[in-house]
Amino acid sequence: MAATKTKSIKGGEFLIKETAAADIFIPEQWNDEQLMLKKTCEDFLNQEVYPYLDRIDSLEEGLMSSIVEKAGGLGILAMNVPEEYGGLDLDFVTGMLTSEVMGAGHSAAVAIMAHTGIGTLPILYYGNEEQKKKYIPKLASGEWKGSYCLTEPNAGSDANSGKTKATLSADGKHYILNGQKMWITNAGFADVYTVFAKIDDDKKLSAFIVERGYEGLVLNTEEKKMGIKGSSTRQIFFNDCKVPVENLLSERENGFKIALNILNIGRIKLGGAAIGAAKAIIQHSIKYANEREQFGRAISKYGAIRYKLAEQAIKTYASESALYRASQNIDDAVNSLVEGGLEFAEAKLKGIEQFAVECAILKVHGSETLDYVADEGVQIYGGMGYSAEAPMERSYRDARINRIFEGTNEINRLLIVDLILKRAMKGELDLMGPAQAVAQELTSVPDFGGLGNNNLFDYEKEQIKKLKKAILLVAGAAVQKLMQTLTKEEEIVMNIADMAIEVYVAESTLLRVEKVVDTFGEQAAGEKIDIARVYLSEATDNIWKSGKDALNSFVDGDELRMMLMGLKRYTKQEPLNIKEARQRIALKLINENKYDF
Amino acid sequence: MKILVPISQVPDTTAKISFINNDTTFNNAGVTFIINPYDEWYALVRALELKEAGKAEKVTVIHVGPTENEPTIRKALAIGADDAVRIDGDGDSSFVAGQIADYAQKNDYSLILLGKETISYNSAATAGLVAGFLDWNFVPYATKLDVNGNTISLEQEMDGGVNQLSSPLPLVVSAAKGMALQRIPNMRGIMAARTKPLQVVTPSTDFPVYTKVESYTPAKGRTACVMISEDNIDELVDLLHTKAKVI
Ligand SMILES: Cc1cc2nc3c(=O)[nH]c(=O)nc-3n(C[C@H](O)[C@H](O)[C@H](O)COP(=O)(O)OP(=O)(O)OC[C@H]3O[C@@H](n4cnc5c(N)ncnc54)[C@H](O)[C@@H]3O)c2cc1C
Repeated sequence: MAATKTKSIKGGEFLIKETAAADIFIPEQWNDEQLMLKKTCEDFLNQEVYPYLDRIDSLEEGLMSSIVEKAGGLGILAMNVPEEYGGLDLDFVTGMLTSEVMGAGHSAAVAIMAHTGIGTLPILYYGNEEQKKKYIPKLASGEWKGSYCLTEPNAGSDANSGKTKATLSADGKHYILNGQKMWITNAGFADVYTVFAKIDDDKKLSAFIVERGYEGLVLNTEEKKMGIKGSSTRQIFFNDCKVPVENLLSERENGFKIALNILNIGRIKLGGAAIGAAKAIIQHSIKYANEREQFGRAISKYGAIRYKLAEQAIKTYASESALYRASQNIDDAVNSLVEGGLEFAEAKLKGIEQFAVECAILKVHGSETLDYVADEGVQIYGGMGYSAEAPMERSYRDARINRIFEGTNEINRLLIVDLILKRAMKGELDLMGPAQAVAQELTSVPDFGGLGNNNLFDYEKEQIKKLKKAILLVAGAAVQKLMQTLTKEEEIVMNIADMAIEVYVAESTLLRVEKVVDTFGEQAAGEKIDIARVYLSEATDNIWKSGKDALNSFVDGDELRMMLMGLKRYTKQEPLNIKEARQRIALKLINENKYDF
Repeated sequence: MKILVPISQVPDTTAKISFINNDTTFNNAGVTFIINPYDEWYALVRALELKEAGKAEKVTVIHVGPTENEPTIRKALAIGADDAVRIDGDGDSSFVAGQIADYAQKNDYSLILLGKETISYNSAATAGLVAGFLDWNFVPYATKLDVNGNTISLEQEMDGGVNQLSSPLPLVVSAAKGMALQRIPNMRGIMAARTKPLQVVTPSTDFPVYTKVESYTPAKGRTACVMISEDNIDELVDLLHTKAKVI
């Protein structure tokens, strides 16, 4: 359905290659049909979710499952399911648009996202034909609800260390499951659980499809949580739970791979949902700031409040730019794999796996943007931000989980660097060449040649190139000096991950705005140009700080001085009146009384 | 029985209303359009319910307007109409009603069900004009509609009561709040709308435009509300007399 097929670079290659603005997808180009799908999701939230938020949060019996069923009735659960299993087979970007909108649905968003993502996808992508025929149509319609059981009390981030055991019964007809799962979303009302367990003394996990009615599956009571209180979260005990042998998903010991691949998708989807939630909060923030008066004027007249509104919008727009750039890249990768002869499920998984670095980036950036936006939302509301009568209190509590599940943000940052380095080692990503070139440049005379400055973003594009050099400088030095111990030096890994996240998002934002200017003109792009510039400026400062902190920790003497000088050169900025730029952005929000970027 | 549902498009309720060309033309720059809610929520949805109950064989939506209005028509198809017609012209209520009447007559529709008014111009003129051109029975402001064989039973809400009516076909009915409940377009419906037939028809020349707009004046925004305590009737009377000057 996407308007144009874009030429995508490979996952992680953004660090060393340039992308043309024309080659990315921008949300400014949704077609009428996509906008209608979006509207259906908005109408659904307005009619079926927002009027019932308190009742949902009180875990009223049967309410959440009926909401999931209503979403199913509208086709919202069937988005990425192929037609032969009762789905709509939408492409990844369009599915992402609907996830984004649904993301504003508080606990219902979590229930629906868990159902369509981790609850459905393991069977869809790894199930055999019979399993898919049996479960997928009912999951896609909402008749059955899905849930995913990986985490255990002693196996959270280290998910492969789970102790849940499966042994074959004497007659060879069943696997007998014993163990305990924890933090299981949708547990209370799910019909189908994908459960990870080790068969006998296996080192790796296997996955099983477990139905609610199977003997020996026992649910604990609901967890008492900080937020998303309406989302069912329980422990599940497996006490000699009998699972038919045909319910083994994929092959023995393939479970960990399933878990990781499904999480790749979950991560980018979470990034999308976070953007939807952030936009809803911004909307409330603008309205409140325009209505609330202190010292005789609306608080939206005050610079400190304008700063907050502008930053909320800038971060959200930036994260959204990266989100849809990556989503389209995934679509393109999947399509070309299908053209190359791969079958659907395999192509989907491979296509997404190629962009696992970007998926992790979007998880981290989306969830941290949402937390920033929610925190400042509370602040804009002042005392009312702290009141359960106003919307911010719930938004603030509900936002927080996103930095924890689908792999904590620490685990995702480790993953970003780990994946990049692994690809470099395997020769899939040529980091070494460019890193050496940067190292060489450090000892040569700097090029003081000015820019052509012919096109609107010449300076900014040059800046992005330099920021990439900054990362190569720091990461290259870290690999060279620390070698195998790098992964244990987590603070440095976090620094490198932060640099990669910032450059990816800053570049995506710039490319998006450039494409907006090229397509609709500079006038139409308006304050978006300010957004790209402010984000880039902040990213540059952040990259300088992360890079400096990292270098100071493992280089010293003259070498350190030389590297810091190089880093400074790559993160040097022309003056930008960032205050006025934020004022313009905030004024647009305030005058229109809504977020419409 | 085939049902024809005329739909018009109106600015989204949050749109900023302004005029151009010396205040003679509505400025639609940057305005999002929606299907007129009375046409969508009540007329179209009730027509679809009748079809689903086996009481109508087909539901066609008809719109008089230019190509750029087609997304609005697609939305009606997404909600569930079987097919759509766009009369490629634009004009006042009389022109629009004439085109609808002409199409209905030439294509054997026997029930025309539309909203009681648009939420933009609120003139409530189209339904009556359509009935007039066709010389069919006309029931305005219906809140209930059912089909029993060839008879249509209807209800209208009256001051303090309900008016129950019945009429043979053919018939024009304008729908008011209560006739049906808004339906969210189903994702599948939206995808299917892509391939449903949308026929473009050249307007008939029999229906001239009679109206010429001299100018529009935007409504003055509501001024601040004054709260008066409920046991202070004197002050209320005084303010109505001296400030509002209405008594
Ligand atoms: C509301 C909710 C819903 C959930 N839903 C599901 C579900 O449906 N299915 C499911 O299987 N799981 C679910 N989870 C579990 C969730 O994925 C885990 O909580 C998460 O992966 C973290 O594991 P943990 O809680 O054991 O924390 P821990 O792993 O104990 O982590 C504690 C802290 O240590 C950090 N840490 C851990 N290891 C490292 C390391 N190597 N380096 C640096 N830092 C590290 C973490 O980042 C974190 O900050 C849910 C959790 C919650 C709270």
